[in-house]
Amino acid sequence: MFRCHVLLCGGTGCTSAGSREIKKCLEKELKERGLDKEIAVVKTGCFGMCSVGPIMMVYPDQVLYCTVQPEDVPEIVEEHLLKGRPVKRLIYDENMAGGGIRTLEDTEFYRKQMRVALRNCGIINPENIEEYIARDGYEALGRVLTEMTPDEVIQVILDSGLRGRGGAGFPTGLKWKFASGRRGEVQKYVCCNADEGDPGAFMDRSVLEGDPHVVLEAMAIAGYAIGASQGYIYVRAEYPIAVQRLQIAIGQAREYGLLGKDIFSSGFDFDIELRLGAGAFVCGEETALMTSIEGNRGEPRPRPPFPAVKGLFESPTILNNVETYANIPQIILNGPEWFASIGTEKSKGTKVFALGGKIRNTGLVEIPMGTTLRTVVEEIGGGIPGGKKFKAAQTGGPSGGCIPAEHFDIPIDYDNLISIGSMMGSGGMIIMDEDTCMVDIAKFFLEFTVDESCGKCTPCRIGTKRMLEILEKITEGEGTEEDLAELEELAYYIKDNALCGLGQTAPNPVLSTLRYFRDEYVAHVRDKKCPAHVCRNLLEYKISADKCRGCTLCMRGCPVQAIQGKAKEPHVIDPQKCIKCGACLATCRFGAIYME
Amino acid sequence: MSNKSMGLEERKEVPFQGTEQQREELLGFIHGHAGQKGCLMPVMQKAQEIYGYLPQEVQKLIADEMGIPMEKIYGVATFYSQFHLAPKGKYQVSVCLGTACYVKGAGNIYNKFSELLGIGEGECTSDGMFSLDACRCVGACGLAPVAMVNGDVYGRLTVDDVRGILDKYMKDGED
Ligand SMILES: Cc1cc2nc3c(=O)[nH]c(=O)nc-3n(C[C@H](O)[C@H](O)[C@H](O)COP(=O)(O)O)c2cc1C
Ligand code: SF4
Ligand code: SF4
Ligand code: FES
Repeated sequence: MFRCHVLLCGGTGCTSAGSREIKKCLEKELKERGLDKEIAVVKTGCFGMCSVGPIMMVYPDQVLYCTVQPEDVPEIVEEHLLKGRPVKRLIYDENMAGGGIRTLEDTEFYRKQMRVALRNCGIINPENIEEYIARDGYEALGRVLTEMTPDEVIQVILDSGLRGRGGAGFPTGLKWKFASGRRGEVQKYVCCNADEGDPGAFMDRSVLEGDPHVVLEAMAIAGYAIGASQGYIYVRAEYPIAVQRLQIAIGQAREYGLLGKDIFSSGFDFDIELRLGAGAFVCGEETALMTSIEGNRGEPRPRPPFPAVKGLFESPTILNNVETYANIPQIILNGPEWFASIGTEKSKGTKVFALGGKIRNTGLVEIPMGTTLRTVVEEIGGGIPGGKKFKAAQTGGPSGGCIPAEHFDIPIDYDNLISIGSMMGSGGMIIMDEDTCMVDIAKFFLEFTVDESCGKCTPCRIGTKRMLEILEKITEGEGTEEDLAELEELAYYIKDNALCGLGQTAPNPVLSTLRYFRDEYVAHVRDKKCPAHVCRNLLEYKISADKCRGCTLCMRGCPVQAIQGKAKEPHVIDPQKCIKCGACLATCRFGAIYME
Repeated sequence: MSNKSMGLEERKEVPFQGTEQQREELLGFIHGHAGQKGCLMPVMQKAQEIYGYLPQEVQKLIADEMGIPMEKIYGVATFYSQFHLAPKGKYQVSVCLGTACYVKGAGNIYNKFSELLGIGEGECTSDGMFSLDACRCVGACGLAPVAMVNGDVYGRLTVDDVRGILDKYMKDGED
C-alpha cells in the first residue's frame, strides 16, 4: 500500500512542456530519500488544463500543482510529500482562491463540468489495464455478452439518445441498427474515427491518451451489436503518444482475453487493428477514411450506398467517433434513462470541447449539453484576459461558424447551434475578442480547406480557391461590394454541389461571419478599414508626436528604414516605405507607436 | 496537400543508397503482412520509416513484391502529405522569404545557401545532411533577414554569415 499517489500528466500538452523530465526527477528524488515504497508515481492522461502544464496532482490531499519545473521537484518532495506542507507558490491558482486550498472539483474550472467521456482521463494510468478494470472497465462488455441480445444492446443505445460526436450528430443507435441485418451471414466491420483533423481540437487525442481501453471496449460492444468480428481504429500519425497507448492497450486486452476469440466464454470473437493516417484532413470523412484503410488515395465517394450497406472492403460497416465510443460503456452500466436525463430534449449527454483562443483557461472541458456559452466562457473559461470584450466563439472549425455575443445565452446543443448558423462540430471552440478580425478568420479557415481539398470534385477544388482569392482581395484592401455578392453566391453554389462534407461545409465560416459581422466586411471594402486592426494593408503605422521621446530605438529596428527622425525629437514613419511588419510597435517603450 | 510540393520533390535526384539490410527489413515486413487486407499504407509507412523517404527504387520494390501497379503506389504516395518522394536532410534549413526579410535581402541569403549546398528548393544534399526550403514569415521581422535550421533561429543575417552557420552543423555532424 502506498500512503500517497502523485499523478503526473502524460498527455501531449504536458509531455511537450516537460512532464517526462519531471517524472524522472521525482522518481530519483523519492528513491534517494527512501520514499519510493510509500509514494507511488503514476503517469496519467490529460487533466484538461494543458495551458498550465506540466500538471501534477497529489492524492489523497488533492493538491494540484501546475507549471512544475524540474527545479521544483526537490521542494515538493521535501516540503509536501515528506513534511505535509503543500508548496503554495506552485498550486494551481484557482485551487488556492479564498486562502484555503480547494479540491479540484471545487474549482470554477471543474465545478460546471460533468465528466462522462473523460471520466478516467487524469485519474488512471492508461498503460495499465488493471486500473481501467478497477474503474468498472470491461464490465459493460461482460454484461452485454452474457446478459443481453444484440438487439437489446442497440435498443439501449437508441433509448439513450446518444448522437455522434464527430460532427454531424447522427443518432448512434440508428446507425448501428442500419448495419445490424444478416448477422452472422456476412463479414462486417466496426471502425473508429480517430483522425481528428480540425485545427485546434484535441478531445479525441486526450481520450485515446488518457483512457484507451474505453474505446476498445465500446468497439467490441458495437461489434457484438451489429455482428462484426473485426475492428479498425484509424488514427492520425501526428498523435504518437495516442498510437503507442493504443498499441499497449490492444496488447493487454488480448492478453486478458478481452479481445480475441471467445470473449467472456460467450462465443463472440472480436479483434482490433490500428491503422495510421498519413496527413490528409479529408480522410476524416467517412467514405474517404474507409478508402484510405483499404490502401488507396483517401478520396471520398458518393453516398448512397451508405457504409451501413457497403462500407469497408464493400462490407457493411459502422464508423463512430472516439468520443461517441467513450460514452457507450457508461450508458450500458448506468442505463439509457440516466444518460437521457442529462442534456436537452434532442441532445443527450455531455460534450467535450477544446477551449482555446482569447480565454483565460484554455484546455479541455466536458459540459452537459444545454450549458450556455456564457457559462463556458465566463465561469469555466475564466473570462477573456486583458479586460477585452467577447466578440464571438467559433465552433466546428473549418466546417463550422461563429456564435456572436447576441447568442451568449443560447444553450449549446446540436440543433440550437445549427439554427444560428454554426454547428457542434467535433469540439473545437475558439474564443475571439474585439481584436479578432472576422474576415481574417474566415480567410484562415478557407486557406485550410483549399489546402486540404482532395481535388476530386470541381465545386470544392476551384470554388473554394475562388472564394479565398476574393477574401484575399478584401483583406488587402482591393475588395468591392460586388465581391461580397459574388462571395455569397459562390458559397451557396459550393454548398449545394460539392461531393463530400468537406466541400459542402467549407463555405460555412464565410457565411456565418457574413451573417453576423457584415459591417466588418463592408468596412473592409467600402471604407478600406479593418476595424480590428488585423489586416495589414488596411492599416497605417503612426507615431504619436506627443508620446515619442526620440529614443531612436524603433528607427534602428525597422527592417526597411521607414522611420526618420533626429535623436530626442519625434520620429515619423514614411507610409510609402513602411511594410507594416509591426517591429516598431513591439520595440517602442513609450507606447508612442499606434495603428490606424 | 502533398500534391503541391510534389513537383519540387520530383526534381530531386539523390542517388539511392539503400542497403541490403534495409531491403531485408522491408521484405520481412511485407511478407509478414501478406494477404492482409489493405496493407499497402502500413507497408509504405514502414518503408518510409526504414529509408526516410520513398524513392522510386523503394516504390518499385513494393510494387513487385506486392503485385501492385507502380502508378497506384505513386498515387498513394503523392496523396498523403506525410510521404516524401525525396529525402529530407538531417538539418533542415529554411530561409524566410516574407516581405520584411525579402526587402532586407533574404533572396541573396537564400541563394548563398543554395550555392554552398548545391541544392535548390525542397532538395537535399547527397550526403543527407542538409535540405533547403523557403518559408513564409516566421514572425521575427525585427530580426530580418531570418533563417532557421531545425528550429534554431538566425537573425540579421548577411551573406557572409551563411558559411559559418553551415560549418557549425557540419561539425556537429562529425561527432
Ligand atoms: C472533411 C471531414 C472531416 C471529418 N473529420 C472527422 C474527424 O476528424 N473525426 C471524426 O470523428 N469525424 C470526422 N468527420 C465526420 C465523419 O465523416 C463521420 O461523420 C463521423 O466520424 C461519424 O462518427 P459519429 O457518428 O460517432 O460522429 C469528418 C467529416 C468530414 C466531411
Ligand atoms: S468536396 Fe472537396 S474534399 Fe470532398 S470530394 Fe470534393 S474536392 Fe474532395
Ligand atoms: S511597421 Fe515595420 S516597416 Fe513599418 S515602420 Fe514599423 S518597423 Fe518599420
Ligand atoms: S496534456 Fe496535461 S493537462 Fe492536458
